[in-house]
Amino acid sequence: MAELTLTQITKKFGSTQVIHAMDIHIQDGEFLVVVGPSGCGKSTLLRMIAGLEQISDGRIRINGQTVNNIEPKDRDIAMVFQNYALYPHMSVFNNMAYGLKLRKISKAKIKDRVDHAARLLQLDELLLRKPRELSGGQRQRVAMGRAIVRKPSVFLFDEPLSNLDAKLRSSMRVELKKLHAALKTTMIYVTHDQVEAMTLADRILVMNQGRIEQLGTPEQVFFHPETLFTARFIGSPEINLLACNLTRTLLLFPDLEEPHQKRGQDRKKVGTEDGIALGLPSEPPVTGPCVCGIRPEHLFVVDGSVAPDPDVRFFGQIDLKESLGSDTLYHIQYGPRRQPLIIRSGKHAGLSPGDQVDLGFLWEHCHFFDPDTGNRIAVPISRT
Amino acid sequence: MVEEKSFSYYLNHLIIIFGILVIGFPLWITFVAASHDMVRMAQAPLPLWPGDRFFENMAQALFQGVGNAREQPVWIMLFNSLIMALSIAFGKIVISVLSAFAIVYFDFRFRMFFFWMIFITLMLPVEVRILPTFEVVANLGMLNTRLGLSVPLIASATATFMFRQVFLTVPDELLEAARMDGAGPLRFFKDILLPLSRTNIAALFVILFIYGWNQYLWPLLITTDKDMYTIVMGIKQMLEAVEEAPEWHLITATTLLAQLPPVLVVVGMQHLFVKGLTETEK
Repeated sequence: MAELTLTQITKKFGSTQVIHAMDIHIQDGEFLVVVGPSGCGKSTLLRMIAGLEQISDGRIRINGQTVNNIEPKDRDIAMVFQNYALYPHMSVFNNMAYGLKLRKISKAKIKDRVDHAARLLQLDELLLRKPRELSGGQRQRVAMGRAIVRKPSVFLFDEPLSNLDAKLRSSMRVELKKLHAALKTTMIYVTHDQVEAMTLADRILVMNQGRIEQLGTPEQVFFHPETLFTARFIGSPEINLLACNLTRTLLLFPDLEEPHQKRGQDRKKVGTEDGIALGLPSEPPVTGPCVCGIRPEHLFVVDGSVAPDPDVRFFGQIDLKESLGSDTLYHIQYGPRRQPLIIRSGKHAGLSPGDQVDLGFLWEHCHFFDPDTGNRIAVPISRT
Repeated sequence: MVEEKSFSYYLNHLIIIFGILVIGFPLWITFVAASHDMVRMAQAPLPLWPGDRFFENMAQALFQGVGNAREQPVWIMLFNSLIMALSIAFGKIVISVLSAFAIVYFDFRFRMFFFWMIFITLMLPVEVRILPTFEVVANLGMLNTRLGLSVPLIASATATFMFRQVFLTVPDELLEAARMDGAGPLRFFKDILLPLSRTNIAALFVILFIYGWNQYLWPLLITTDKDMYTIVMGIKQMLEAVEEAPEWHLITATTLLAQLPPVLVVVGMQHLFVKGLTETEK
């Protein structure tokens, strides 16, 4: 049981700064997933918490105690490594027991704890095997067992599932979730896989270039991204970005074309570069160019039937269809410059490449960002 | 297909059999010579089939000595050689495994400088530095001692380098996992590194034991006391019979005895030896 407080944590390798003064508070029993592209410093952050990496500046506290200069073994933490790092010459039992032996715990107690962990992870049958006689998933479980038997107050996971195949990964994900529910220990989990992040986390920490982009629940991160980076990083396929322009009274999408039906009525007018303009109920906080992000699942084909009445409608042409089974992805080209976007459709709309369609979206699904700073802009929107 | 296979099959075996004959014939002659008496060995042509005195000759060589070294039975020489070879092999392994550990896992000042200093000693085998080394050993009063026989040969750049390479293949995560488990440097060395380099140590032991056993120049230089003779130089002494003909039947018996320990080491450790030289998975 432990809460972690990182204050102004900084890491420099020589003159390059890898972590820029981060402040994070992790609550007791929380499952925090740190996610970000490779090289964003997420592993370094974890290793600093573990004590495997010196802290250049700032302070790490576990349960209020500063651990900056405390050896890894005395921090009461356990870590699961990406490549498992099992001792190849020791049996599964000894791999799990090694840390306990060094802590001078009695043999009976060690056996107790290892047996308990082995049952929890379904390793009972394998205790006498060597790591090389195990499959990837089994090795992974041994690595977790080694952490569990220590009964640490914080678990650290460094991309523990990335060496497994897709099927095993999703089942291990479930196991991990169960494990956390059973142990109720604070866990910090580093990954670059957003599915793992979304499914496992109580809170997600999105990192980019050594900085916090956003720290929030999976829902917050997905439905209310604070930065353009977060919006683009979380969600698959990636969020669609439409260029737009803010004036004091109008929101203008220069690249969107009037929808199909209107097009038929007045062919000449469309195709000019006016795009679609919408009135704003009040003045926006900034004016000038901005980016509007809409997730593929929030775009829909307007066919007058089930779909809700869209706030914005525009014209597009289907370029490619990807069927995922339950969902279908349509790659759309829109606007005079035939820019690409992707929509995800739950129903089989029966559309095929080449079809011309009307697309629509709702205001509430739009995320506006400043293209330079990447920060969210609160655009006043109205449902008229 | 079948004919092609059988042709290469026979050819391969022909080559192997020829090779065995080339290697085996001198050994056979040695064995035959060791089983006759002195008179028979002085006659021409030399015998090709064994006589009946093999065990008597062996016993005489082992316990009474041969030729010039008559007063020095062969078993003492064998014992000296064994001590020397074992101390060289163990000494080299212990020192080089520890220095490789220091060089790979500790970040101290001039680390690379020390590494290259060790490496440079590759250019200075005993034969090159023989006079200064003799001087040092003499000043330390180690002439005619078993320590003097082995200590100057113990430092080994090759073995250090080899262990360095072995340690570099051990993934960093193992060290980190051990640290998280609470293992200090020496624990890590003892519990993780040594077991992982077990086969390499065994392979090196075989090579170094034979290296030590075959030492000739150095023992010749620093031993004048017959109690300290090693088997290899002992055989050389036996051949230097000034007044009488060399006792070939006893000399060949001695060489057979001299070959025995290295053969036993190689045969006994063959499995580990091959694994140590070929195994790459850690």
